Amino acid sequence: VSIRIVGGGLQTTIQDLGRPTHQHEGIPAGGAMDRVAHRVANVLVGNDEAAAALEAALIGPTMLFDEQTLIALAGADLDATVDGMRVARWTPTVVPAGATLRFGRAVTGCRASIAVAGGIEAPLVFGSRGTYLRAAFGGVDGRALRPGDVLDARAPSRLSESIAASLRGGGVRPAHGAWSAGAALRPAYSNDVIVRLIEGAHTAELTGASRDALTERRFRVSPSSDRMGYRLEGEALALRAPREMFSEAVAFGTVQLPPGGAPIVLMADRQTTGGYPRIGEVASVDLPLVAQLKPGDHLRFRMISLAEAQQLFLELERDLAQARLAIALRFPAGRH
Amino acid sequence: VDSLFHYSNLARLRSSHMNFTPLGDSAVTITLASSIDESSHRVVRAALRRIEAAALPGIVDLVPAFTSIAVHYDPVQIDGELRTGDEPASPYGHLVARLEEVLHELSDEPLPAARTVEIPVCYGGDLGPDLDDVARQHHLTADEVVAVHASGDYLVYMIGFMPGFAYLGGLDSRIATPRRQSPRTAVPAGTVGIGGSQTGVYPLVSPGGWNLIGRTPLAIFDAARQKPTLLDAGDRVRFRPISVDEFRDWRS
Repeated sequence: VSIRIVGGGLQTTIQDLGRPTHQHEGIPAGGAMDRVAHRVANVLVGNDEAAAALEAALIGPTMLFDEQTLIALAGADLDATVDGMRVARWTPTVVPAGATLRFGRAVTGCRASIAVAGGIEAPLVFGSRGTYLRAAFGGVDGRALRPGDVLDARAPSRLSESIAASLRGGGVRPAHGAWSAGAALRPAYSNDVIVRLIEGAHTAELTGASRDALTERRFRVSPSSDRMGYRLEGEALALRAPREMFSEAVAFGTVQLPPGGAPIVLMADRQTTGGYPRIGEVASVDLPLVAQLKPGDHLRFRMISLAEAQQLFLELERDLAQARLAIALRFPAGRH
Repeated sequence: VDSLFHYSNLARLRSSHMNFTPLGDSAVTITLASSIDESSHRVVRAALRRIEAAALPGIVDLVPAFTSIAVHYDPVQIDGELRTGDEPASPYGHLVARLEEVLHELSDEPLPAARTVEIPVCYGGDLGPDLDDVARQHHLTADEVVAVHASGDYLVYMIGFMPGFAYLGGLDSRIATPRRQSPRTAVPAGTVGIGGSQTGVYPLVSPGGWNLIGRTPLAIFDAARQKPTLLDAGDRVRFRPISVDEFRDWRS
């Protein structure tokens, strides 16, 4: 399968689950912003969860498929259509040969994951096909897709072939599955979300007022937010006293507090280390909610314990494992 | 880099104390020291060697810094470990218990000899446009600044900020220079700069507020290279002045 990019969209990049084992070299972990959407989209087309897919922000690409292809969309609803017919999210879809996938306006969320059976082909850079725009490596020459690019899909698994066959493709209309990812696998996206926060190394050093504001006030996502971090506008926060800070490692979801008092949530392309106080750490299960916020959207934080966050983490992983198993059982490899 | 040093008069932690702090639900920070100096660095190196040698399952990456090590881990793998044992604990609790065992009675242990990396630098001119300015600020000649910078023995405390960027300690205070008022939008890769009490080499083109005193023809970071980073934490670095001709020859 080869896919011709007719329109690049606002910022469409090849992403996978990143390169988390190279952080000690200063190389950002990167990868999909909404890891749940990315993984579910891959599972729906019979891929390994870590296979490379496309991440489209706000305005999706226009893509022409030369052959009949099994795809799945997850994450943001960017108003996808194939030859004018709407494409549902969270379910596998067979796109007919010669058909064009287009996107319209951002209905909900910010980033759509577009998985293709077999996964998108791209060279491995530090173990990942993901695009890191700032240092221009990974994906297609380290950049966002643009018109004229031609992407290849890797060979589909037998599971992918079974799923595609079950959708009775081959006609001129896109064929959807009669099944889709369950509610547990679909994050509750909204433009005003509650995000669960674990205490950070310096949360206890906030002033009483700032500590209250952190969990009681709404914050607005600033226009200067990107794959690296989300800047939050709202009540300025402050520590009781300035503190001596040495640069040290940060994580996906670390909430940093720079001197200006406007917190930053560090996202997929964050630097590996940072020198600002860390006033919270977003629970991993809620990172997709943050990743789907657009500039101007709102969030509020609610504190939870580390133990609770890890419980939620393990529950989500069990749900994902169950989804993988259910699909493998429903489509025994090789039987159509 | 601009956020590296926020000095205040906050009391220093007791250096003998080892502290575990959750860094979200998939990482933990182990604080091992409370000041930036070579003895802190040796404790961090020693702890890193212990943890690496223990090869604990579920560890994704170890990121050493000036006074700490972050352990990035996979809670699912650690949880899998848990089921085979008896102790009821969260993945975090279990990992920290294992790390405490591994780091028991950690002291200033013998470390392998540090590697010394020599970095050729063409100082001044177009490649180091702020050299004269730095010299003026310290009432030195440009040659004197170069001599001081190139005679230093530098230590790579940590890698961070951007791919392959080395935080170097050891800048002579005679040439420590405040950051420029207005940062440049694009500093070329390989540029050697001074920012406050720090010196370093930009691995990639990036915005920067440091005073630019020269450039190396070496690639500090090259994604296509087998070993992408030129420098690792623990390395010693020396700068060697080269001429513009040598710089050009190196490149060609």
